[in-house]
Amino acid sequence: MTKRMWALVAMLAVGLAFPAAGVTKQQGGTLNMIAWEGYTQPAWVKPFTANTGCTVHAKYAGSSDEMVTLMRSGGGSQYDLVSASGDASLRLIYGKDVQAIDPTKIPDFKNFGKAFQSPPNNTVGGKHYGLSLQWGPNTLLYNTKKVSPAPTSWSSIYDAKYKGKVTIPDNPIQIADAALYLMKHQPSLGIKDPYELNKTQFAAAIALLTKQKPLIKKYWALAGDEVDLFKNGDAVIGASWPFQTNTLIGDKAPVKDLIPSEGATGWLDTWMVSAHTKNLDCAMKWLSWISTPKVQAEQAIFFGETPVNSKACAIMDKLSKGSCAQYHANAPLKYFKQIHFWKTPIADCGNGKKDCMDYTQWQRAWTQLKG
Amino acid sequence: MAEGLDTAEGVAQDRPGARRRFGGALWRRPWLKALTLLSPPVLAFLLVYVAALAALFVSSFWTVDPFTSKLIHHWTLDNFRALRDGSVFRTVGLRTIEIAAAVTITDAVIAFPFAYFMARVASGRVRAILFVLVLLPLWASYLARVYAWRLILNSDGLLNWSLHKLGLPSAGIAYTNTAMWIVFSYIWLPFMILPVYAALERIPHSYIEASRDLGARGGRTLRSVILPLALPGIVAGSIFTFSLTLGDYVTPVLIGGASSQFIGNVVADAALRGGDLPGAAAFAVVPLAVMGVYLLIARRLGAFEAL
Repeated sequence: MTKRMWALVAMLAVGLAFPAAGVTKQQGGTLNMIAWEGYTQPAWVKPFTANTGCTVHAKYAGSSDEMVTLMRSGGGSQYDLVSASGDASLRLIYGKDVQAIDPTKIPDFKNFGKAFQSPPNNTVGGKHYGLSLQWGPNTLLYNTKKVSPAPTSWSSIYDAKYKGKVTIPDNPIQIADAALYLMKHQPSLGIKDPYELNKTQFAAAIALLTKQKPLIKKYWALAGDEVDLFKNGDAVIGASWPFQTNTLIGDKAPVKDLIPSEGATGWLDTWMVSAHTKNLDCAMKWLSWISTPKVQAEQAIFFGETPVNSKACAIMDKLSKGSCAQYHANAPLKYFKQIHFWKTPIADCGNGKKDCMDYTQWQRAWTQLKG
Repeated sequence: MAEGLDTAEGVAQDRPGARRRFGGALWRRPWLKALTLLSPPVLAFLLVYVAALAALFVSSFWTVDPFTSKLIHHWTLDNFRALRDGSVFRTVGLRTIEIAAAVTITDAVIAFPFAYFMARVASGRVRAILFVLVLLPLWASYLARVYAWRLILNSDGLLNWSLHKLGLPSAGIAYTNTAMWIVFSYIWLPFMILPVYAALERIPHSYIEASRDLGARGGRTLRSVILPLALPGIVAGSIFTFSLTLGDYVTPVLIGGASSQFIGNVVADAALRGGDLPGAAAFAVVPLAVMGVYLLIARRLGAFEAL
């Protein structure tokens, strides 16, 4: 027993004395990431570490705002990568928290759908601040037994008919959903882009949400909360992600989702590299790995979202039959046109005037609304 | 003996002398003994607890650059002005205090007869069983208990199922402030029962006999003898129920509905989402101030002797 213990101590001592040796041999390092839950699954992280020697430590964040706050904590040098959604990416770019990368160094970049190579939420002034990853629409989810006729428009979630049975995400970017609705139903407001709202347009969107508040059962914070609400009959209609629909259908709940006639908002996630990373080499390797068709397909099916790499479609169908069409991975460009991807609202709305409401004001209005 | 050991270890000769002199000094001056004994925990208390509160208080006078989330170390009262002028803070603050007060009163009303039975009626064995029952929920995780309540209260949950079986209409209290009130009252009840029990147990039986001898009936004895003597215990328990509810932010997220934000939720939103630490700190000062006032009143009512 004691002999064995001594052997163990000796081994530990040797291991502690030469940690650097092992690392240089593998040419690896450590990547600290901020990610959405499920974005760093062992299924694709383990082979990455085996191939490159770069180990991955991921911290899951609960919201885009939390991601921005985490990226900036401790002077910004704590994390190397972040899987930022469109409502966070511009904040990180303008805040100089992330750095531009050269996409030509990513082998699969040429296979990305045209809409995802240089989208406005991660490409500024021709510079690519990160690599598009996956996207999805914010859908209208409803209980097929309790909601009839089947909804075709977002107006259902502003309808007193479903009072106390409506749920929408607890997220300031939800103001854009109200703006999108007004864009189609009150053209006199002149809303062109649901993320670029002047004072009057913004006030109209907030008024709509304030009117909606008595109908709301709960502003859901976690995807699992919405699943619970639908499963237990506390909500019958609401704004959702495909992830919840898949989970609920998997549990045999009578639900369906759709992109209503007004179109929908959507998210496009981007892996962004910290401006202060000490391990650019590993970070670039991660970007290359995560954009390969196989990993793209695996992540898409795990999370219920759509890959940006057009070559992932065939592998998705191989992993789960019909999943490519189910997640619109092969959809034509026309399909994307009806989806308004999240982007951070900023004061400069591109018309030369700086009279748009910026994200701080969106956040403040959201707190006010919920209070 | 001690000298011999020290010599054997090769320690300098004057050490035992110094040690003895120090021991003597401690014996002669009791305050020095108290200081030596207390300084480590007091230092830890100051460093860990008071320093954190001080940092919180100081940062509430700073601001943050909205674009870069960098702290601006410039003294200003802006955060407190925003608190005063923003109606949302008043709504949320009042809601938090109201629910905390409702929970405290509910717990006091439930705990008093329970504690009375435990302290004065139950036999030793029954009392032990009751003690275990009161403390049993505390062995399970707080989150698990809150989630359990979610299962009970939701539309297709245990509560409505039971009501339907009895032929009653369903109660739509899932995800409302009523639900929060029920859950908080349940969760903090043990913290009320224990101090009330301690206060009731301390009342000498002779007082009650004396009251009876003087012709007081049960109700009169309860009002004039037992309640006044138990009051410090109730107030002590209320410190727990009130402050624990005041500072909670998990239950509103899980049990609350569309208008159930607590101070803690607004603080967490400001700090985690907005990156506005100074604003969050300023709002966090509010429950501290409320508790400060509450503790002053509690001390007046003799709660600290009952703890």
